Amino acid sequence: MSEEAAVVNGSPAVAELEQHFEDTVAHDRRIEPRDWMPEAYRRTMIRQISQHAHSEIIGMQPEGNWITRAPSLRRKAILLAKVQDEAGHGMYLYSAAETLGADRADLTQKLMTGAQKYSSIFNYPTLTFADVGVIGWLVDGAAICNQVPLCRSSYGPYARAMVRICKEESFHQRQGFELLMTMMRGTPAQRAMVQDAVNRWWWPSLMMFGPPDNESPNTAQSMHWRIKRHTNDELRQRFVDMTAPQAEALGVTLPDPELRWHPDRQHYDFGAVDWDELKRVVAGNGPCNAQRVTARRAAHEGGAWVREAALAHAAKQRARARQVAA
Amino acid sequence: MSIDQAYPAEVGHGAVPMADAAAAGPVRADWPLWEVFLRGKRGLNHVHVGSLHAADAEMALRHARDVYTRRNEGVSIWVVPTAAITASSPDEKDPFFAPSGDKVYRHPTFYDIPDSVPHM
Repeated sequence: MSEEAAVVNGSPAVAELEQHFEDTVAHDRRIEPRDWMPEAYRRTMIRQISQHAHSEIIGMQPEGNWITRAPSLRRKAILLAKVQDEAGHGMYLYSAAETLGADRADLTQKLMTGAQKYSSIFNYPTLTFADVGVIGWLVDGAAICNQVPLCRSSYGPYARAMVRICKEESFHQRQGFELLMTMMRGTPAQRAMVQDAVNRWWWPSLMMFGPPDNESPNTAQSMHWRIKRHTNDELRQRFVDMTAPQAEALGVTLPDPELRWHPDRQHYDFGAVDWDELKRVVAGNGPCNAQRVTARRAAHEGGAWVREAALAHAAKQRARARQVAA
Repeated sequence: MSIDQAYPAEVGHGAVPMADAAAAGPVRADWPLWEVFLRGKRGLNHVHVGSLHAADAEMALRHARDVYTRRNEGVSIWVVPTAAITASSPDEKDPFFAPSGDKVYRHPTFYDIPDSVPHM
């Protein structure tokens, strides 16, 4: 770094640290918790990781809705394990956010007051048991598309959490697809139930990748920092290409008359996403926004006495141990 | 509508004093942070895998089992209060590590041995 550049940045020390950070990222090395990093990078990472954590935690609700009504013990055990995984994913991610100096209680508060968002997909209701299968297939399938590249995020703790999460998401997607295959081998009513669930979840799944590239102003900075590896539209196309043949194998129709293979592009063409709907849901006007946050708040407040009792118990045990030692 | 009316089944279970909790508002009772180390299998060292919050060591172990070993990732767990860990400076150019930087003679490749000498 030249003297001149150092002076422009104010302090020569900061300029040098910034250069070191840039070099680390440019060489695809990882930034670790106690490294110097630009404040904007720290803020962006905290927001990215904590909102991902919130999504996992809120994501327990739509499927948790069906645990008591799963049609067999096998399906109940699988669903319980899956919802427990979502909780685990939330825990890995809050833990990663804390390495950046975030406070977990504060993040929880921000979720409950609506100051931070979670994935808009979880603001849709799960109307039938087929929704459990479709969430595994489409919603977790879209999540895998998003998350696999994030295993190479420049922020070490986030990348490592994503590796663990991706391994577990594979179970989530396969159990969903298997559930749907089972229903498709069933009665006409069951097949209709699967098709209905696909119709309702397909477009919201495509929205999971975020606004189109020309309306995604933060993408360039995020790709420069290597905390995002592909653009929203690239990932969306990848998801459609993966999913269309799976829908054929399953015997369902994806609700898009414009969906067809384009041999020149070697990709599927697909119709326009209703971005106004995404805006409405993100703004808080989806079918279940209020219900999701209210349930999260109720769980938090209902659990307060447990957290306090555990602390009181720990304090009592420590005091007893001190007495014995004295 | 109050919370206990809106969500009787999910959070009630008949044991949780919902009305009081709602009236009292959010209560902060933060459990301290613990770092978790797992031995993946016999013959390997414990490796740091993440952190969690727990009121005491026993609870930290149980939570570590639930959060970090749902698929046989560990045969042994250590939990350590985060506050008890002392770490070196994060700077890679820290003079703390300088003593090992200039001692190339500690590495076997420093020594030229003819190829004709066997088993070395």
